[in-house]
Amino acid sequence: MRRTTDLNTGLTHADITPRSVFLNRRSFMASAAAAGIFAGSQATARDFAGGETPNTLEEITSYNNFYEFGFDKGDPAKYAHALTTDPWSITVDGLVDNPGTYDIADLVDAAEIEERIYRFRCVEAWSMVIPWNGIELNKVLAKLGVQPGAKYVAFETLVRPSEMPAQRGGGNIEWPYREGLRLDEAMHPLTLLATGIYGAPMPKQNGAPIRLVVPWKYGFKSIKSIVRISLVDQEPPTTWNMLQPREYGFYSNVNPEVDHPRWSQATERRIGDGLFARRRETLMFNGYADQVASLYDGMDLTEFY
Amino acid sequence: MVDGLNRAARKVPNWLFYVLGPLPAMWLLWQGIQGGLGVDPVKVIEHELGLIALQLLIAGLAITPLRRFAGLNLIKWRRPIGVLAFSYVALHLATWVLLDMQLYWEQMLKDIAKRPYITIGMVAFVLLVPLAWTSNNRSVRSMGAAAWSKLHRLVYPAVLLGAVHFVMVQKVWEAESLLYLALTVGLLATRIKLPRRDTARA
Repeated sequence: MRRTTDLNTGLTHADITPRSVFLNRRSFMASAAAAGIFAGSQATARDFAGGETPNTLEEITSYNNFYEFGFDKGDPAKYAHALTTDPWSITVDGLVDNPGTYDIADLVDAAEIEERIYRFRCVEAWSMVIPWNGIELNKVLAKLGVQPGAKYVAFETLVRPSEMPAQRGGGNIEWPYREGLRLDEAMHPLTLLATGIYGAPMPKQNGAPIRLVVPWKYGFKSIKSIVRISLVDQEPPTTWNMLQPREYGFYSNVNPEVDHPRWSQATERRIGDGLFARRRETLMFNGYADQVASLYDGMDLTEFY
Repeated sequence: MVDGLNRAARKVPNWLFYVLGPLPAMWLLWQGIQGGLGVDPVKVIEHELGLIALQLLIAGLAITPLRRFAGLNLIKWRRPIGVLAFSYVALHLATWVLLDMQLYWEQMLKDIAKRPYITIGMVAFVLLVPLAWTSNNRSVRSMGAAAWSKLHRLVYPAVLLGAVHFVMVQKVWEAESLLYLALTVGLLATRIKLPRRDTARA
């Protein structure tokens, strides 16, 4: 299987951020985070969830799948505080004009961060509504200069067993956690690189300091705590597909008509609705069909699930 | 010491099981209504009831080996433990049907047919129904002790399927559920009568 690390990145020493600049950015980050600027608290929210009430911060931060911290949904909130998120650098490689290792502040201009309220649908058939703060991924990719040969974007999550207990053993996941999008999916204006929730910097259990949000796909596609972005010409391997190809496809679009071997996807439970609340009908593409269905014109979505 | 334990165990009346046994379920429901089970109370209730059921089934399975290998006689407890175990399996199933799936019968029937972990859990439940039905003295008398004992060996596949169900509910191999499976397999292995070694073999 092709690993992103096998790519010839074309990186030279000149691409590595000088230490002095790096340290300056650290102090910038600290003050920015303290002021809430990096999370974009001043921005006005754009509602992409049809006016549905967002979940509370407590719900969003106490019920997480982040297997690096454990398999129980309470584990991330319990263990993620140990994660060091500053400094944080992201390696960009592959088919880009400007490869290199970037401090997060170089990739994400705080002034461009906006608030987006999205529906969030987990493949386990539960859902939330989350007010993210972030920047459209296409804006970041534009800065990096995507080369014509690039067809996919691959992402990787941090591997740091000293701070991520589940990476020290147990389970059968091969770290790092990997995800990927087709280039047109990555360039879609709904696809967000998120740096915060509710105007505050991203909570660690939700994927601090920066994560992907692809609202029309199951939650696991929205990879957390990104440390590598690779522009590649072939469909990259993705963690859940590597683990269970029969259950998890590369596309993983929310689709009530395509059954998952493990969970029926026709309905979902909204977290926070309470003990006796009704299930909700799952919407095609999680309610974003008008915006994204055309990306899949002519594709058999039961084959490319 | 074992004699002391045996004497103490004999003094524990069966009704104590039926009085104390429902308490965890009532506590879960109360907590769920009060909002004490986190943001997804349905899943917690469903999971906890299933786990208690499996623990009780395994406890029931441990009684015979405990007597045979340690001389500890808790046979008197086996029926109340078994009845409680079935009650928790039934509550676990009811939680799925009522709170989780909310009577979406079509979706549930599809799930039972298509999803192996649900199929297996369902089979385990079905295997336990005749045991719960006949867990009274009248049934033992009318069936005859031998036939009754034979029927109740259905608990072996039921516990095994229950433990496998727990392993399969997880999306990855998980230590806790694998431990329960290992314990179940170990307790079932003590039931296997090994054939005498064939010394004539070349």
